[in-house]
Formats: sequence, C-alpha cells, structure tokens
Amino acid sequence: MVEIVGLEGILSHHPFAQGMPADELATISGCCSNAVYHPGDYIFRENEPADHFFLIREGLVSLEIHVPQGPPIVVETLESGEIFGWGWLIPPYKWSNDARASAQVRLLKLDGACLRGKMDNNRSLGYEIYKRFLPIMARRLATSRLRIVELAIEPPVHPRRRT
Amino acid sequence: MDALAGKVDAAVDPMVPIPFRITRVIREIPGVFTWHLKAFDRRPFWFRPGQFNMVYQFGVGEIPVSISGDCREPETLVHTIRAVGPVTNAMQQLRVGATVGIRGPFGRPWPVDEVVGNDIIFVTSTIGLAPLRPLIYEVLHRRADFGKVVICYGTRGTDDIMYEDWLHRWRARFDTNVHLTVHSAPSGYRGRVGGVVSAIKAARIDWQAAQAFVCRSEALTRQAVDALGALGVTTDRIWVTLERNMQCAVGLCGHCQLGPTFVCKDGPVYRFDQIEPLYSVREL
Repeated sequence: MVEIVGLEGILSHHPFAQGMPADELATISGCCSNAVYHPGDYIFRENEPADHFFLIREGLVSLEIHVPQGPPIVVETLESGEIFGWGWLIPPYKWSNDARASAQVRLLKLDGACLRGKMDNNRSLGYEIYKRFLPIMARRLATSRLRIVELAIEPPVHPRRRT
Repeated sequence: MDALAGKVDAAVDPMVPIPFRITRVIREIPGVFTWHLKAFDRRPFWFRPGQFNMVYQFGVGEIPVSISGDCREPETLVHTIRAVGPVTNAMQQLRVGATVGIRGPFGRPWPVDEVVGNDIIFVTSTIGLAPLRPLIYEVLHRRADFGKVVICYGTRGTDDIMYEDWLHRWRARFDTNVHLTVHSAPSGYRGRVGGVVSAIKAARIDWQAAQAFVCRSEALTRQAVDALGALGVTTDRIWVTLERNMQCAVGLCGHCQLGPTFVCKDGPVYRFDQIEPLYSVREL
C-alpha cells in the first residue's frame, strides 16, 4: 500500500527543518508547496520580485549571472538537501541572479511573502528561519572570498582551441 | 605489497644533472605542458609517488618539478610544468629531441603503505593534479588494498581541466569515483559548479576511516582541510604537499626551510597535523 506523506512530513525530513520546533514547522508547512522544473526551466530570474525560497528535494539547480552582450555564466550549482533564494529576506526583495534547473528538479517552494508576515508576529519563527539562513549566507560569502583568492593566484587560462 | 622496494636508487651524485632527452611534448592546457623524457643511457628512472626532480634547462636555470608519471613505468620519466617564470617559459619552447638535465628523485613520498585498508580521497585543483597523479596510478594499481577511492578535482573553468583523458578513464572505472567541479561554466553546463568543497561533500566514503591526500595552493589547503575535518577526517589522516623555493634539493642551502623542516628533504609531503602550527605563522 502506498503511504501518503503530507508536505509537513516531507519538509521535516529536509536538512533545513532539522531541529525545528513542531510549532514553527507546522507554520512553515502552511506556506509550502511542491514544485517540479524540467531541464532548462528558469526557477526565477534576476530583478524579479523575490517572494519565495526553495529547498531542493532532488536534482541540480544552476545559479546563473546574466552578462550583458554575452551568454549567462553558471557560478554555482546546488544539489539535493540544499536551500537557495534569500532575496525574500532582504529588501528590496528582488532576485540578484537567475536560478535554472540543470536536470529535472523537485523542490519545496516556500512562500516568503507569507512567511515575512508571520515572522513579524512570531519572533521565535523569525529566529528559527534566520538561524538556518545565516550560516549558509556566511559559508557562501567565505567560499566566494576564497574563490577570489584562487582566481587571483592561479594564472588565467585562455580557452583552448578544440580541433 | 610495495613493488618498488629496493628499486629506488639513491642518486649517485645528487648535485650532478643527468642528461635526458624529450621524447614527447603534450600541451595539456594553455601554459601547461607535459614532457616524456628518456635517459640517454636508457636506464630506468625509479621513483616513488610524490617525489620531485630538479629539472635543468642548460644555460637557463633549474627548477623543482614533481614527477607526474607512473612509477611502475620507469623507462619514461614524466613531468608536467606550468609556464610561469623565465625558466619555465623557456622550457615551454623546447621541442622533442631537446636535452635537459635531471637531478633526483628527491623528497619524502606519499605514504602509500601507511594507508592500506582505508578509504582514500584525493582533493586537488588545477595543476595540483600533477603531483597526485603518480599516487592515483599507484592506488589504482593496488586497488584491492584500499576501500573506496574518490577523486575530487576543481578547476577554474571547463577549459582548464588537466589530464582530461585520465579523468574520463578513472571515472569510467566501476571502483573509482571522480567528482569534478569548476568555478564557472557556460549556461547549460550539466556538471557541478562551485568550489572544491562542494566536490568533497559529494563524496560518499567512510569519513571516520578515510585518508585524504590534498594537493592545492597553500592558501586553499586550509579550506580543504577544514571541509574534511567537518566531515570527520582528523588532521592525522590528511596528507598535504608543499611548494617552496628549492635549490639544492638535499637540505643544504636552506632556501626551502619552513620553521624546523626543509621542504626538499623532510617534505614535500607532510602529514597535516605535523605542520599545522606552521600554517598560521605569517611570512614563514
């Protein structure tokens, strides 16, 4: 017999929800939905309103930066168990890059606009959310800095000619 | 079983370069080339993975270069070199048939026998794969002696992947995992993009019993060590290789001195817990 698992059950198994009190988990589940994207689909695009964030259940997501007069560049890929999209937390609530499915992607999509309202009224919920986002933001900042170091100390390579 | 026991010669005179002829030149990526070399007297060149030679271009200068070939194929000495200075830029101009001088092998090798029975993870980026390649060859020659084998390799982009053919071959094996990551890629790229830490996290091995071999710029080694530590690899199971200004290669001149050690003689391979205190000392 197939066991039907509700969103709260799925959410509770994602690393994002580990250690989250039941009340806060129930509140967040109320703002959560499933989403599926096919390879090449845009999940969000730079400068669009950022009203959601995403937990990856399965698949590979590319974060891309649009380069004027050139093709976009993939600057990071994220995999199952990771979180992306913090534009909803920081005014003016706009995406600073594109996110695109590199493979078929199954996500939990959380309504940030809904959560912002709830966090204003429930500081404990806000604390739980920030506690999960801040280490990720700090880690990605540190990683970006080290990548700057790496790029600075590695001589540039010019594209090889493919024959 | 160590197939090399008793075969590695002590250099007859470690200060005298032996002439070798370049028999093949491979352009790996722009600015990086690999030489295949043979001794004029056709003697095999025995070495252990992780050791280096002093390579001398007559009339130009001498530099330390890790050996990047297979220690079980001693008839051909293999060096991969990046052209970054006057000597290496001059070396880049040499063609098949040219003669160079070789002193070596020098230095402490990777400790293959000490890690038998463990899962193995290699962590490297860009040209750091060259000093690790002999060890990867050796581990794969003795594949039954080890648990899982994972290679984590990071590069700047899709155009500077070293030894791409070998990475494909290793990835194609059923008993080896290769996790490649690049700093940036064109849109539509289906591989992993990010720092080498993202490749480490993708590895599925027994972290409590894994032995890690790290070969990257010293500025970035700490990052890899921290990522491995967070997963449970203690610093006494992490091996790194250092680069210094090596000139005599026999611990006499002192150019490569790092605190109480000489990298040419006591290194270039170190167990991380043994040199960790030196990492935080600036200008050392």
